[in-house]
Amino acid sequence: MKVAKAVVQCLTSENVEIIFGYPGAAVAPIYEEISNSNIKHVLVRHEQAAAHCASGYARATGKTGVCIVTSGPGATNVITGIATAYMDSIPMVIISGQVNTTLIGKDAFQEADITGSTNSYIKHNYLIKDEKQIGRVFKEAFYIAATGRPGPVLIDIPMDIQELDIDFSYPEEVNIRGYKPKAIGHKLQIMRIVEKIKESKKPIICVGGGVSLSGATEEFREFVIKSNIPVVHTLMGKDCLSNDDYHYIGLIGSHGFSYANRALSHSDVVILIGTRLGDRTVGGQSLLDKTEIIHIDIDPAEIGKNFNAVLPVVGDAKDILKQLNEDIDPLDTKAWIDEILTYKINEIAPKAKEGYINAKAAIKLLSEKLEEDSIILTDVGQNQIWTARYFKIRDKMKFLTVGGLGTMGYGLPAAIGAKLGAPAKRVVLFVGDGGFQMSLSELGTLKQCNIPIIIVLLNNNCLGMVREIQASKYNNPFGIDLSSNPDFVKLAEAYGIKSRRVDKESELEEAFSEAISCETAFLLELVVDPEEGTLK
Amino acid sequence: MNRYILSVLVENRSGVLSKVSGLFSRRGYNIDSLTVGVTENLDVSRITIVVSGDEAIIEQINKQLNKLVDVIKIVQLSMDEAIYREIALIKIRIGKNRTNIIEVVNVFRASIIEMTRDIAIIEITGTEDKISNFIEIISPYGIKEMVRTGLTALEKGNKSI
Repeated sequence: MKVAKAVVQCLTSENVEIIFGYPGAAVAPIYEEISNSNIKHVLVRHEQAAAHCASGYARATGKTGVCIVTSGPGATNVITGIATAYMDSIPMVIISGQVNTTLIGKDAFQEADITGSTNSYIKHNYLIKDEKQIGRVFKEAFYIAATGRPGPVLIDIPMDIQELDIDFSYPEEVNIRGYKPKAIGHKLQIMRIVEKIKESKKPIICVGGGVSLSGATEEFREFVIKSNIPVVHTLMGKDCLSNDDYHYIGLIGSHGFSYANRALSHSDVVILIGTRLGDRTVGGQSLLDKTEIIHIDIDPAEIGKNFNAVLPVVGDAKDILKQLNEDIDPLDTKAWIDEILTYKINEIAPKAKEGYINAKAAIKLLSEKLEEDSIILTDVGQNQIWTARYFKIRDKMKFLTVGGLGTMGYGLPAAIGAKLGAPAKRVVLFVGDGGFQMSLSELGTLKQCNIPIIIVLLNNNCLGMVREIQASKYNNPFGIDLSSNPDFVKLAEAYGIKSRRVDKESELEEAFSEAISCETAFLLELVVDPEEGTLK
Repeated sequence: MNRYILSVLVENRSGVLSKVSGLFSRRGYNIDSLTVGVTENLDVSRITIVVSGDEAIIEQINKQLNKLVDVIKIVQLSMDEAIYREIALIKIRIGKNRTNIIEVVNVFRASIIEMTRDIAIIEITGTEDKISNFIEIISPYGIKEMVRTGLTALEKGNKSI
């Protein structure tokens, strides 16, 4: 069997249904075999989007996302997508073509050292030199991508190797001596956690993206109810608990709510679940100075990296929460939650200036109109923080944002991937005019594959978050002006995508209804005041 | 800042060394020396890394190295429970100091590998201190060129990594 055919058999053995890609000479043999298979190929318009699509797909389905790119620029273009997935621990397998084995190192046409150049932001990578290893490598790659702390794994395959004949059978077992992720939490340590929680007067849970990644949302919610402990969350942990739940406090961090930060800093015990608490989340250790930290994480390297925990436990959130749920007793936290509620200041929804839509109010309004299993995505910048703060996640809604790397242009391709992974669900993307134009070309993918998502374009004709940073620090916003933006409605029309522009708040309700009832993709442009702040 | 010595067993495959060394530069850890070679098992290479840092850094280095799929095992060697050796090759100008140089070489149990009318190439094996000491004494004669391998190490006694 040809190696190229074996590659496709590896993918089918791993139940891959969709592959996002951009073809080229160095992957032509594999493309030929994909065309003869049942795998659906989605042609993106830029390789970076292939990885973002695979990321959205992975997060919507819980499966490993797969993408394929050609050698050289195809491979280098996908790097940002790989780094993005790595920072957010998204399971992904990337196949890249490579120049012929004999040409490697000769600066051949479209040659790039992709294994070398991805090392620092990838979970693992392979350059295939021995065609007989193809089965083992794919088996390992899918195993590594999805287990432990998930992440991207790249397989680089030279073109001549793709054409070789081999005896092929897909291995059933995987055994990597240097990779033995630990899923089961240490029993004794978990008992200590239970004791520690029992003694606490002001406990708080801080949940991150790890809970969704481990598919432990149900177990998490059970833990919250059984323990009766209030919950704050990081940017990535927003959808772990219904935002109207009694225990739900809110988003922490530099862009979070001050009352949520205050709740965290006034707690006596914090239970961190599936979060590394990045620098934007706690701003050093100051928020955690007075509290004792329990840290639950699947990655041993996160224990003690950003802060010290009194009780660390390594393992899969799902398993540890299950164990905790067996032993935890409800605490009387009424006085504590009441105290936190006094931190909350009633926010008055500010009125937008004439000719503008108040983004925060619009996001909140739309959140009440969507189905309770909708998938919400954001790009990066003000659109992201507005959505993270004001969108009310209810019930089984998912909130997919790009946390660690903060990659503008993530939203549109990720939304495409999410919708293809969960076609029965409503998919809504909030994106700014900056990030939208970074992935604008994916409107072509959207149209070609007929993907009915709602794009809410919050257009303030500038790079809003950068403008704000510059204005506050230098009083001189510079290099952020996008006033020559195209007419986005006409642009959508050129792609054959329905759209509408709204600049009057009185039209908002009706515009939302139009977008929601539309059976194809819909671009809803909301004209936003460039002066509208992220937090205020 | 303390010095620590890590023995790291890795898969003997191409690209592994760059994954290990890349990790150090990316995370800002300091390598004092790094040596790599094959072991009794052809599939496995052994890297000996000398690093400077505090306890917290060394713990992170350990954990981050462990995350590399190609890293099989890491052992932190303690100074008194392991044997450490380094090799240095030193090309020295002879001039009128032939006898003096030979004398120093003998005292240190080093050896002269090659000698011409003008230069001698000296090989010395030992602990880092011994080699540094030797270099200090021999350098007034005029070192033309020198190379040190960096430390390699093995645990004492019956134990093995």
